[in-house]
Amino acid sequence: MAWVRFRKKDMPGGLWTKCPSCEETIFSKELSENFQVCPKCSHHLTCTVDERVRYTLDEGSFEELYTELKPVDRLDFRDKTSYAEKLEKTAEKVKRLEAMTIGTGTLHGREVVLGVMNFQFLGGSMGVVVGEKVTLAVEIAMERRLPLVLVCASGGARMHEGALSLMQMAKTCAALGRFADAGGLYLAVLTNPTTGGVTASFATMADVIIGEPGALIGFAGPRVIQNTIKQELPEGFQRSEFLLARGQIDRIVSRPQLKDQLFLLMEFLAPTSDEARPVSELLAAASRSTNGHSPTEGAEAAEGAGADDGAKNRLPEESGDEETPKKKRPRKKAKKNGKA
Amino acid sequence: MAERKPDPLQSALDFERPIVELEQKILDLEELAEQTHMDLTNEVRPLKELRDKLLAQIFESLTPWQRVRLARHPLRPITGDYLDLIFEDVVELHGDKLYSDDRAIMTALARLGDERVMLIAHRKGKTTEERLATNWGCAHPEGYRKALQKMKLAEKFGVPLVTLINTPGAYPGIGAEERGQAAAIARNILEMSKLRVPVVSCVIGEGGSGGALGIGVCDRLLMLEYSYYSVISPEGCAAILWKDGEKAEAAATALKITSRDLDALGLIDEVVPEPLGGAHRDRFRTAISLRDRILFNIKELKKLPVDRLVESRYERYRWVGDGDELIRAVREAKERGGRPAPTPPAGGDEADGEGKAEGEGGG
Repeated sequence: MAWVRFRKKDMPGGLWTKCPSCEETIFSKELSENFQVCPKCSHHLTCTVDERVRYTLDEGSFEELYTELKPVDRLDFRDKTSYAEKLEKTAEKVKRLEAMTIGTGTLHGREVVLGVMNFQFLGGSMGVVVGEKVTLAVEIAMERRLPLVLVCASGGARMHEGALSLMQMAKTCAALGRFADAGGLYLAVLTNPTTGGVTASFATMADVIIGEPGALIGFAGPRVIQNTIKQELPEGFQRSEFLLARGQIDRIVSRPQLKDQLFLLMEFLAPTSDEARPVSELLAAASRSTNGHSPTEGAEAAEGAGADDGAKNRLPEESGDEETPKKKRPRKKAKKNGKA
Repeated sequence: MAERKPDPLQSALDFERPIVELEQKILDLEELAEQTHMDLTNEVRPLKELRDKLLAQIFESLTPWQRVRLARHPLRPITGDYLDLIFEDVVELHGDKLYSDDRAIMTALARLGDERVMLIAHRKGKTTEERLATNWGCAHPEGYRKALQKMKLAEKFGVPLVTLINTPGAYPGIGAEERGQAAAIARNILEMSKLRVPVVSCVIGEGGSGGALGIGVCDRLLMLEYSYYSVISPEGCAAILWKDGEKAEAAATALKITSRDLDALGLIDEVVPEPLGGAHRDRFRTAISLRDRILFNIKELKKLPVDRLVESRYERYRWVGDGDELIRAVREAKERGGRPAPTPPAGGDEADGEGKAEGEGGG
């Protein structure tokens, strides 16, 4: 029902990258260090799974799970080429077996389950394995009582797996239903583009839905809509800003701020302590203990929660906290990883 | 809904034409016999035999695309017909209590045989007027929200749900997007997976993707023989993968969307047989089979304690398609209580900067 063509110029790689929005030529390494956000116009370019993990979690904390799950061509699907062949080629090119990567890691010291979709793998489409990995991520989060963060990017359900793909919508939603009933926290980040069966299932069933600036988010793709209604689509249609104005998402958060915002939401909704402590303190403490990916710049970015600019300059003694969140992790009450 | 008599030849599909033409001849002869009081039995009989032979021949070897076209047949019985034929004491309940009353989905309390049910059904029309009013069976978010509101009502009072699926897909329009089409469908899917009453669904015509699943998460999934259920319309799939909307026929085959295909994949519980030549050739018999199979399943499900009902529905979707070795392996590991051994990342930077990936999806 929905698809979006992936533009070559959006793809990271090469020594220099041209911003698809303002056409500024940027040194690719600099762009990667800047969260794949154009320094000139703030356009959010597509980032790789590895980059996304790096931008979201503490350095080196990600432990990927279920990497071995590999899609199967159950239908013997064949269009111009066979699906089996397409899978092989894509896996080789993208260096991953599927469009979904899941695992655990820490985010400013807090353990979380993270799932990242990869639009470069057959348009991030959801077949059996993507659905399975989403479900497994939900189950791990539930078992270990961890917050779940899913970063979505998808053209929808995968056609090559037919109705099996469609059923993944039910599988993932059913798992999320249980997770919600158990009080689990699920934060979704919808990136460019998130459409079709993914939007119509797990992506929109989060406790808090965050859109990346300018991301295309919708049920049907714009071309399908245009072909159906035969009229021009309004300016900015289906972009994050459009959806925010119509009450469909909770927030728009730019990529450099995302890690801190996720942390902040977790501290509000699944706090590590009874007492509400200033987030700047928590971030400073996390930065000391993890020495990770620049949590300091986040302190500035964490708008709306008393983020103070002093946080990054404050000395450890001044913050006066007695323990670091990394050591606490009190949400892990029942860690029943039941070794076989 | 008033019965109309459309010209059968005009609404006949190309592969039905020889049959319909023969039938016209038979009718003409019978009329003539009546008017002239001549005995034409000997003339009519071979024609009837020929028709039956033709019917059997044509319907024995239908292609998936032909089945799709039967599912969309202009004469095919739709929700309105089943309301007339098998549902009684119908009390329609309108509106989502939020925005409007979407006529593409009808919700009603009704009696089916000796069961009280909440009927939730896609509605299409037969006249241009009706088709406009029901938006060709393409619901907006308010349709899904209306359905959810009535499902919750049924759950509160322990009324089993019957859903009849017949939609090309949820409506792709500006208003639908603005009001959260995707989230409305997702919410229904999630909530249906937890409903504490039996849910029996039947695809009676088109099972168009997320728009179908939005009222289709159930304990028993039935399909009328010549209906289809797909992740994307064959035309949509052809346009994306073949870059040619005309290749719908090939897409219909590749997608495995007929009742037989889905039965073979283990995704549905029952195929409800249709009369030879399709439901539209004998809507009464079709309706009776449909009623009987729905009733049978409701009664079976009612025997289960509610907790088990909900649990088995969960399992049904959790391990859907477990003919898949991979899913079976995960399941077995889980059931042993094992946790996956952390595996090293497949590694490598995936960006190669020159791929031209295309978003491929339905929903």
